[in-house]
Amino acid sequence: MSTIALKVNGAAHSVDVDPATPLLYVLSDDLALRGPKFGCGLGQCGACTVIVRGRAVRSCVTPVGTLNGADVTTLEGLGTVERPHPIQQAFIDEQAAQCGFCLNGVILTAKVLLDQNPKATDAQIQQGLSTVLCRCFTHTRMLRAIRRYADLPRRSAAGAQADLR
Amino acid sequence: MTTRRDFLKSGGALIVSFSSVAALADDLAFAQGPFATQDRRVAAQLDSWLAIGNDGRVTAYTGKCELGQGIYTVQMQLVAEELSVPLSRVTLIQCDTSVAPDQGTTSGSQSTPTNFNEANLAQACATARDVLLRLGSERLGVPADQLTVADGEIRVTGNASRRVSYGDLVGGKKFNLTLSATAKRKTASEWTVLGKAVGRVDLPAMATGQFEFVHNVRLPGMLHGRVVRPPAVGATLVSVDESSVRGLPGFVKVVVRKNFVGVVAEKPWQAMQAAAQLKATWTPGVGLPGHGDFYTHLRNQKPTRDTLLVNSKDVDATLARATTVLKATYLHPYQMHASMGSSCAVADVQGGKATIWSPTQSAYPTRSGSALLLGLPVENVRVIFTRGSGCYGINGADTVSYDAALLSQAAGKPVRVQLSRKDEMAWENYGLAFVIDQRVGVDAHGAIVSWDYEGWSPTLGGRPGYDRPGNVVTGQLAGFDPAPFTARSPAPEPGGAFNNNSNAAPSYVTGCVGGRCGGAGTVKSERVLSHTVKSPFFTGPLRSPARLQNTFAHECFMDEIASHVKADPVAYRLRHLSDARLSHVVQEAAKAARWEARPSPKPNAARTGIVSGRGMSCVVYEGDNGYVAMVAEVEVDQATGRVHAKRFVVSQDCGPISNPDGMRNQIEGGALQGMSRALGEEVTWDDQKVTSVDWRTFHSLPLGFDVPAIESVLVNRTDVEATGAGETAITIVAAAIGNAIFDATGARVREVPFTPERVKAALAARGS
Repeated sequence: MSTIALKVNGAAHSVDVDPATPLLYVLSDDLALRGPKFGCGLGQCGACTVIVRGRAVRSCVTPVGTLNGADVTTLEGLGTVERPHPIQQAFIDEQAAQCGFCLNGVILTAKVLLDQNPKATDAQIQQGLSTVLCRCFTHTRMLRAIRRYADLPRRSAAGAQADLR
Repeated sequence: MTTRRDFLKSGGALIVSFSSVAALADDLAFAQGPFATQDRRVAAQLDSWLAIGNDGRVTAYTGKCELGQGIYTVQMQLVAEELSVPLSRVTLIQCDTSVAPDQGTTSGSQSTPTNFNEANLAQACATARDVLLRLGSERLGVPADQLTVADGEIRVTGNASRRVSYGDLVGGKKFNLTLSATAKRKTASEWTVLGKAVGRVDLPAMATGQFEFVHNVRLPGMLHGRVVRPPAVGATLVSVDESSVRGLPGFVKVVVRKNFVGVVAEKPWQAMQAAAQLKATWTPGVGLPGHGDFYTHLRNQKPTRDTLLVNSKDVDATLARATTVLKATYLHPYQMHASMGSSCAVADVQGGKATIWSPTQSAYPTRSGSALLLGLPVENVRVIFTRGSGCYGINGADTVSYDAALLSQAAGKPVRVQLSRKDEMAWENYGLAFVIDQRVGVDAHGAIVSWDYEGWSPTLGGRPGYDRPGNVVTGQLAGFDPAPFTARSPAPEPGGAFNNNSNAAPSYVTGCVGGRCGGAGTVKSERVLSHTVKSPFFTGPLRSPARLQNTFAHECFMDEIASHVKADPVAYRLRHLSDARLSHVVQEAAKAARWEARPSPKPNAARTGIVSGRGMSCVVYEGDNGYVAMVAEVEVDQATGRVHAKRFVVSQDCGPISNPDGMRNQIEGGALQGMSRALGEEVTWDDQKVTSVDWRTFHSLPLGFDVPAIESVLVNRTDVEATGAGETAITIVAAAIGNAIFDATGARVREVPFTPERVKAALAARGS
């Protein structure tokens, strides 16, 4: 066991865990967050995605010991039901979900992709989502929601603001 | 949790139930507490459909649960509509065995037919509205036909100042109503909430990470469990060495129950470590039939259970007289639900009572099955349905509920179990493999005169129902047998009414049994013979179970026949259909797709490079539960064998549409899931165990593939009963794609999935 410091959605935490523990379990059990989800435990599906240093990280295969002092943003860190982040709002507007289990991975992966490349083409967006799964196959709506978000005016400013929280 | 008793205690309420006043006195005598309802009077407590409080709020109870298909939101719409209250005044409580009615399993596209027609939830709402109108009439001194119901009030038509609210009508009184069969529902033309594209009420919480899935349930003192499944199918436990894990951090317990093995630890990662390190010795497995020649094994396996769905007894003679007899064999693999999140449940079994937070589609059956496993009286078990990852049928939800229950009982504390990806995929109840032989006779005018179907599929277990926990892996490992396989051959002659629930009969036959015909088509000479055999793997319903496989064979074969007689596939279908609603969706899909009438394959297509084509397919789902037709447009790269779908046009008639956007969402999801199943999904195994155990070995199309354009043509029929919409579209996708591949290339692929290798083999087999 060792003590790991994490900043999650702007709040500082210190957890005493086996440093080999994947970040996902720290987030969902020690910190009781609901955004990141266990889908496969193998980094193959995207359900556990979080944002660390502006990058989409698969928390189910990332030992928490490698992230001491890191800033982590989860789906709950973007926006709330009352004030959703624009990308979350785009998914609501497009009714882009069925069971909703994959939404975390889809939204966060797309957000990082568009933060890095705000002018991403549809082909680039699809390429960026090539290892993200949705078993309900809500693909059509999800891609439309991502396009809607990508086309928002001043989107990059809104995204940057959320990341500073 | 608001129970009927809470309403009664709170002062006034209007309650609609199955049964009547006798229950009321019992309810009022109940003690409070989480198990207050768990005694012999439990049935009397649980028959309520809805309650209207003296604050005007409506609380409805349903046994049809949200699985991602949108049924929660649309049931709220139903309640709001029938009672003329805003959605915000409706609370819906789903699938909790302590308060909700037992509506069996949420499956088979039955939620809409069950709760949206003249019975159950819809009828309960109509009952309440009827009574409120009468009460309002008495209170206002105005005949009911001069009253209007709006916004939770009874108003005098044309004089809005004379009004009384539901809350005022209920006041401090108790109204205990029995469901009325004669209460009139609103007509669809009056709808203002139902029939509209109301957004999913759960979506904002899901999109922002606030939503509580069963995976997020956390109880005080909760431990984490992990199961240790056998290393091979049929392997049994010899011994477990608990000392191999005893010193591990957070380790709590090893649990063994016959062949069921699990570990419990303080944290999930610790439970995973312990499960990985536990030394367990198993016997060798029973050995599995070869994957490569499984279809031959399936076709030749004995004993069989044989069923004749329809038999006009003239099939052989008619085929002998036919101008041409065509034959083909279609193959469909085992496929799996492969839920996005591996299944999870939380159980708290202490002091002879159990509460299970479960993502099951079958709250009451899971309650009974768990009671058997735990050795507890059923009334001491409560199942609280809590949303899981989309299941599409019996994924690991039921089995993991048993896992959690067994581990919690042994640990004496609440235990959460989430299966590993491999445990989910290697042991779930797979969708059925099929071998289907088709044979038709065609006359000199190109008409089909006889249709002969013979199919083989393997079964083991299935939904546990109320008394068969052994139908899923945990129950069997813990010592309960799956439902026995009962051989029967030859099949008895068809009896009763024609029931095409499995779509074993094609849409083009008359479906006549005992002189009464229930088919959708015109071919009178018909025989449909099905054989089930024992499966080496657990099987169970997977979205459009058997119907998808049968429809793949029927709709591809129909295309082959049309091609043989050089007929346009749409016109040829219509020529053999008698059902107006099915014909209509076929025409609507063709029209929307700008279908070019001509025979397949496309004339003068290049034999190399990328070519394109289109295919049609259609079905009446379950014979009577939704009408759908689809045109698929695909490109085939003849060098690689890759199939790329460009466009799907789907026309669907499910009666009156409760939520058009929800229906589109189901069509789109069904179309793409059907495409993923048609192009890549297949369970694989070696001689001992399943080998498709993650997303590298089981191929689900990711978001990052070229998603085809999908156009949905909704046929809204308000003059008929509502049918299901969750499984209709997926049923016809494989055939539409297969037919489009044929149209593009002249090559027929008769085995799902249409992998590049199989497409290339079919291309190579084309005549010159």
